Amino acid sequence: MSTQQGTSPAAVTATTEGQFEPKIIAFCCNWCSYAGADLAGVSRLQMPTNFLVLRAMCSARVDPEFVLRAFAKGADGVLVLGCHPADCHYIGGNYRTRRRIALLKMLLEQYGLDPDRLHLEWVSASEGVKFQSTIKDFTEKIREMGPNPLKEAEEESARVQGEPHH
Amino acid sequence: MALLDIDEKILGVAAIADIAFWPIAVDTKLKDVEAMPDKSITLTLYNGAIRNSENEHVAKLLRQKSALVVAFGSCACFGGIPGLANVTNKKDLQDYVYNKTFTSVNPQGTIPQPKWDGPEGELTLPVMYDTVLTLEDVIDVDYFMPGCPPTTDQINGFLDVVTKHLTEGAALPPKGAVIASQKTLCDECGRTKEVTTIDKIVMPYEIKIDPKKCMLEQGIICLGPATRAGCGAKCLEGNQPCRGCFGPTAEVLDQGGSMLSALASIFKTADNETQLSEDEILELMTQIKDPLGTFYAFTMPKSIIKRKVKEKKAVTQ
Ligand code: SF4
Ligand code: SF4
Repeated sequence: MSTQQGTSPAAVTATTEGQFEPKIIAFCCNWCSYAGADLAGVSRLQMPTNFLVLRAMCSARVDPEFVLRAFAKGADGVLVLGCHPADCHYIGGNYRTRRRIALLKMLLEQYGLDPDRLHLEWVSASEGVKFQSTIKDFTEKIREMGPNPLKEAEEESARVQGEPHH
Repeated sequence: MALLDIDEKILGVAAIADIAFWPIAVDTKLKDVEAMPDKSITLTLYNGAIRNSENEHVAKLLRQKSALVVAFGSCACFGGIPGLANVTNKKDLQDYVYNKTFTSVNPQGTIPQPKWDGPEGELTLPVMYDTVLTLEDVIDVDYFMPGCPPTTDQINGFLDVVTKHLTEGAALPPKGAVIASQKTLCDECGRTKEVTTIDKIVMPYEIKIDPKKCMLEQGIICLGPATRAGCGAKCLEGNQPCRGCFGPTAEVLDQGGSMLSALASIFKTADNETQLSEDEILELMTQIKDPLGTFYAFTMPKSIIKRKVKEKKAVTQ
């Protein structure tokens, strides 16, 4: 049985002392949203730098396991960005994505996480501005929500385990 | 108990082995095990999840005294059904059991204490943990034998391997091996798959299940695509969907995530798909009433997230 591996999103941003800086993972599909992010970049659109882009060939390539691992490793928010309905390079990949994300949100809620920590957005290659506003709005929302409770839960449970009286 | 299912073969086990510690079948005490030299037990089949300090102590003791330790059954491997207790915590559980059930009368709010100083001296109880853990979380495990319960084939096959190793010096499986198949249950399942899509989830009692056709394609949630083969698709033979007791397949960490993916993919796309909003899609998916309890029925403590957490700020419910 393998254990979890991979790099931690803790490396995404340096946290300024005392102030909460959200760590956000943005999965972008290769054909639309990654190009949209690129456009936002070359157009020098200003946006917060709290996010790390991971390119996937399709938003449907974003396995639910990737999202769960991002949260388990300390991401405060996860964005999945794909092509608009009817525009998927692989015809229907994004239709699967939206069903999965809906189910994942239900699951996250059952795990006690705010389902809004996961967000799906359609961003085309020409929508640099939409990419910018998505990042901006999402970062703000996560900033308000505060840190991902999973980290703290781990410490808390380790403490309660060893405690003789409850 | 599963071990007793191997019928008369158990006599063969008794012929080649002395049973050192088997609380439900043999009357050995823990102190007898403590007195044994390290590694003097050839094989330990540890069953059950780790839920309190006594479980952890016994697991560590048996590890120290045993040459080989097998996580035996789904609870030891992944936390099993008791692992679903990770949707709550120790405090809420105790509070419910001792104060809140319909029949609880507990004006002093008494709950069990792990220590009590009585006239007889100090009495102790094991400390219950906040989180259900798997065996691997507390000790080094050599092999994993999933199943709720493991099948007689798995047990016999493995005991043969160990016997051959002891008597003829045959090689053991590589450390960490899962004593089951490397494939997915669907591969082992004899039902016909037509690769069709569905638009609706149904409960098994709501339809007359076609015993020849894939459960999922009939709209019944079957964990076959996300579950390791090795049981011979036992439940499917009994016209019941798989609930996933063999745990995740070799290639994935998270059985629930993998099932979620499979289930989302089998839904038909609507003709007006491009007009559907995310809320409408969410509505469609709420046909699946309890994703966590369904997808992680046996594996929550081994899942990527492992237990329920609490947001600091009040969340949208
Ligand atoms: S989903 Fe279930 S019924 Fe269908 S092939 Fe797989 S194991 Fe068999
Ligand atoms: S069909 Fe599924 S639930 Fe039934 S024994 Fe096999 S793995 Fe376990």
